[in-house]
Amino acid sequence: MNPAPSVIIFSTLSGAGFGLLFFLGLGLPTVTGFIAFGFYLIAYLLAVGGLLASVFHLKNKKNAWKSYSQWRTSWLSREGWFAVSALLLMAIYAGLQVFLDTTVATIGFLGAALSLCTVFSTGMIYAQLKTIPRWNQPATPAFFVTASLAGGALLSNNPTLANILLILLGIVVGFHWWKGDSRFAEAGSTIGTATQLSGKVSLWEKPHTGENYLTHEMVYQVARKHAVKLRIIAIVLMTVVPVLLVLIFGAHHLPVLLAVVSHLIGLFAQRWLFFAEAEHVVGLYYGAHTAKQAT
Amino acid sequence: MTALPTTTQKKLGLVIDLDTCVGCHACVTACKGWNTQNYGAPLSDQDPYGAASGTFLNRIHSFQSQPEPVNDVPQLAQTTHFPKSCLHCEDAPCVTVCPTGASYKRAEDGIVLVNEDACMGCGLCAWACPYGAREVDQVAGVMKKCTLCVDRIYNENIEEEERVPACVRTCPAGARHFGDLADPDSDVSRLVAERGGMDLMPEQGTKPVNQYLPPRPRDTIQAPMAGEEDILAPFLAPVAEEPAGFMGWLDRALEKL
Repeated sequence: MNPAPSVIIFSTLSGAGFGLLFFLGLGLPTVTGFIAFGFYLIAYLLAVGGLLASVFHLKNKKNAWKSYSQWRTSWLSREGWFAVSALLLMAIYAGLQVFLDTTVATIGFLGAALSLCTVFSTGMIYAQLKTIPRWNQPATPAFFVTASLAGGALLSNNPTLANILLILLGIVVGFHWWKGDSRFAEAGSTIGTATQLSGKVSLWEKPHTGENYLTHEMVYQVARKHAVKLRIIAIVLMTVVPVLLVLIFGAHHLPVLLAVVSHLIGLFAQRWLFFAEAEHVVGLYYGAHTAKQAT
Repeated sequence: MTALPTTTQKKLGLVIDLDTCVGCHACVTACKGWNTQNYGAPLSDQDPYGAASGTFLNRIHSFQSQPEPVNDVPQLAQTTHFPKSCLHCEDAPCVTVCPTGASYKRAEDGIVLVNEDACMGCGLCAWACPYGAREVDQVAGVMKKCTLCVDRIYNENIEEEERVPACVRTCPAGARHFGDLADPDSDVSRLVAERGGMDLMPEQGTKPVNQYLPPRPRDTIQAPMAGEEDILAPFLAPVAEEPAGFMGWLDRALEKL
């Protein structure tokens, strides 16, 4: 799949933003006044900034408001509902904390739950697609949620929780890669099932001499020789460096800031791979994924 | 709501004969022509006189296949031209993922359509389709797909024989057939039963309405040659050494004189 920068930025930043809102909603930490303002500013910039980035990949933005209509069937619609209700509810909770020094725990808990549901829905948008076997596994929403929680724990200055969640994130992402590598063969789609022709089938001629929307969007071929390197870079920056920084320096502002930056850069690499390595079954009609098919 | 109808009264669709298709791309051109000049946003080209680009609702792929040997006799390799467009699936995954309600499957005839006025161009339905049947038009920014020429098949302003999809109407080889696959007595259903119609990628669980008829096996190969044979010899041998019949009698009679 073509890794669109807007979608990678969206899922990474808004994930961290909703993760921070989750911990603030739970009262970890309970903040009021000026400090609360600082925390919520960061959370809203990340969450809303990410959501705005996702609007950039729409080809017909004027109809974006209609995406709230199909919550009964569509995960993308549900994501929109969860995001807006989480942001509105947490705005009330934040307003009370910043301006009135009042903490209403019930609103916070509800806002935290909705924040987590938003990130889970983001994961399910990808995990529901049977056409992309690498994404079609429970580890997909699992790493979206874990990444959001780990980023939120770092941003909300919960060092112990952050380290546990960062290590958990490394394990979940590692499992997603390991499982993902065999998912295409497990799904069982081959050039034979795609064409229903008998014997050994191969592409003789593409429908067009050039590229088209489908090949550009879904038959994107990453230089696989870099995939292993990128996986190592991702896991080092996303998990190892932040864990070490927090272990050595504790919950001080500068090391935590460095840890957050490193974590987010690592997460960008992980998200880029998530798209670039994903094989869509339509590629079979274009002679792709020959090495990934079940024999 | 982009929920799928539990049943549809009809299952209108195509039956594509892979044995007959010659890969001429006439259906591709007819499809692009009709759907650019009629319902909905036109199918744009990015570089019409340059490198191939643009939106198509129907594309022809070509595959080569080497069938397995039958009783140790090797089979001839085959070339198969493979037209591919929307299969109007009964369990269409493209419809349920749509967040805006633009994608829907009609309960009356099973055609899967996009309401372009409600589409926001997110492209998720194209990701959900295993067959590559949906493409975002790069100019209009909305999702385009085969409509089964819904603006032809019910169109009382055109001649009755024209009321079939443009690709079916134009196919010079008779490789494309249109009809109701829910009716077991329809021409298309009988064709599917007789020739063994196939679902593409059945493991994806989409239950496609469109059916593909397999190519018939080709002639068998004769025994391999050793290299000593003179393949022209049978044709160069004299046809008759002695005249026969009337000419023979005449010849003999003249000899005796």
